[in-house]
Amino acid sequence: MHSRLRAPVRLLPVLLVAAALSLFAALRFGSVDIAGGALVDALGDLLQGRQNGSLAATLLSLRLPRAGTAMAVGGLLALSGALLQSLLRNPLADPYVLGVSGGASCAAMLAIAAGLGAAAVALFAAGGALVALALLFVLAHRALFARDVLLDTGKDSAILLTGVMIASLCAALLSLVLSLAPDGRLRTMVFWLLGDLGGASSPALALMALATWLVLGLLAQRDAAALHLMLGGDLQAYTQGVPTTRVRRRLIVITAIATGMAVALAGAVGFVGFVAPHLVRRIVGANPRQVLPSASLLGAILVLVADTIGRSIAAPLQLPVGALMAIIGVPVFIWQLQRP
Amino acid sequence: MSALLSCRGVDVTVGSRRLIRALDLEVESGQRWALVGPNGAGKSTLLLVLAGARPADDGTVCLAGRRLAAWSVEDLAGVRAMVADRWIDPFAASALDTVVAARYRLRAGAGPGAPARGAAAGKAALRAQAEHGETVARECLAAMDCSELADRDVRYLSRGERQRVALAGALAQETALVLLDEPISHQDPRHQIQVLQALRARTACTFIGALHDINAAARFSTHALLLHGDGRWRAGPSATVLTRAHLSPLFQTAITEIDVGTHRVFVAES
Repeated sequence: MHSRLRAPVRLLPVLLVAAALSLFAALRFGSVDIAGGALVDALGDLLQGRQNGSLAATLLSLRLPRAGTAMAVGGLLALSGALLQSLLRNPLADPYVLGVSGGASCAAMLAIAAGLGAAAVALFAAGGALVALALLFVLAHRALFARDVLLDTGKDSAILLTGVMIASLCAALLSLVLSLAPDGRLRTMVFWLLGDLGGASSPALALMALATWLVLGLLAQRDAAALHLMLGGDLQAYTQGVPTTRVRRRLIVITAIATGMAVALAGAVGFVGFVAPHLVRRIVGANPRQVLPSASLLGAILVLVADTIGRSIAAPLQLPVGALMAIIGVPVFIWQLQRP
Repeated sequence: MSALLSCRGVDVTVGSRRLIRALDLEVESGQRWALVGPNGAGKSTLLLVLAGARPADDGTVCLAGRRLAAWSVEDLAGVRAMVADRWIDPFAASALDTVVAARYRLRAGAGPGAPARGAAAGKAALRAQAEHGETVARECLAAMDCSELADRDVRYLSRGERQRVALAGALAQETALVLLDEPISHQDPRHQIQVLQALRARTACTFIGALHDINAAARFSTHALLLHGDGRWRAGPSATVLTRAHLSPLFQTAITEIDVGTHRVFVAES
């Protein structure tokens, strides 16, 4: 039993270096590898706005938005997971548990089944996330916002159970849509459900996703100290000066926007929101001030690396990023759990 | 000087049972009040009401002359702290961090007097403030005989140790009023005495504590509030309220009072 705690580790600088390295790898490797020198040249030209015209520049214009989207998606999902695990004081929570991404998946599947385009699918996904969230707010209203529920008993499980029920409902609706969908679209739908970055080629969308990630991350960070106290129960946090109801409401909205955005961009990428906060907590401890940024950055790295491997390993085939991440991540996570 | 905390006609109802009816209470600065009564008489619930965490079902509670409902959550935390009788520790944290975190309202960079971020002088001030916070936290841990526990993971502390760390956290909040829910319920005899003495030594603080142990209540408190659980209550100086005549009907048990020279001891008869 390791009851004496180790000194905190500075993880963020390490993660920043790892992020830079994985970004470089994501740009370099793929169905065609770019030599390091050509990559640097093409990057320089791109940054100065010059048309280079080389193969490297062409590939870069495809890979850069995709890498940006991958990082934003991973970062947003891991941020959501870290927030939910702290808010619900439950290490099993992740963006899927509240049914938010279930709602998004449902709506997106409807859009694909109806033969709508990628933009409409993304919009539907975001809308579905919001509908699921609204449902949660209505159903778990008492546990979420009631002023006198400060005794904590049963509060978190009420939210969690409501979320699980919404997620189950979404899963049922989803299978209904899948079973009724025309055969020709099933492949697209399955890929979307597994998490797929194949459609992420728009620089504008990538920039928007990265900006959203940054803004939501900073907003969440403002409440990190309050969230730290809320780990010890809402009553204690309240008597220590945290307006618990307001903080809870703010962070759940941030979670919903982050999840909705990520699902709209890349489909249902699972696992990262659950595992990134876990791995980070094992190193830096449970204080959300350290966990939120580190977990978010680790999530970004995980999705980026998984997508790079997915693009390269069986090229020209592209493997879905969600499946790959779980295949690599699960053994790593279990190995981590076995260590004392 | 008006009372630090005052109740006017406060009702406390749980479900359909009215536990406390029309409570009038004046708690002056520096007093130590013991809440005494049978299980389920509403001691913890009243503490929640006094903490502002639960609205009174009727009547008003004023802190420093201002109605509780008019206080902001953050300002309230500067005036009153509370130690509950249970703790939630879902993730690893050191005892020292737990106590430092309790100073949320006093943390570096918070409050109107906080220096602007980024400025070199501001950074030094922030660091000094953080160091001061840790010093206070260590002092409070020492007062609760927890210096040894500072680096330990709170999840692996015994309940008694965890309780003393929680008490240290409330003291570190540096408030005028501290509400205590069964503060020595998990303490061994030595620590029961030690904790109550350490609390009494904080003469600047006003305490209101629910206490099951009548003897601890008698030794710790200056005043006592007896709660019957059926709406009736009795408040006054401990010497006049904590007597056999009042306690026997309160607990519906014959209670004997023995004078042992320095103080009185209460024994429940079988």
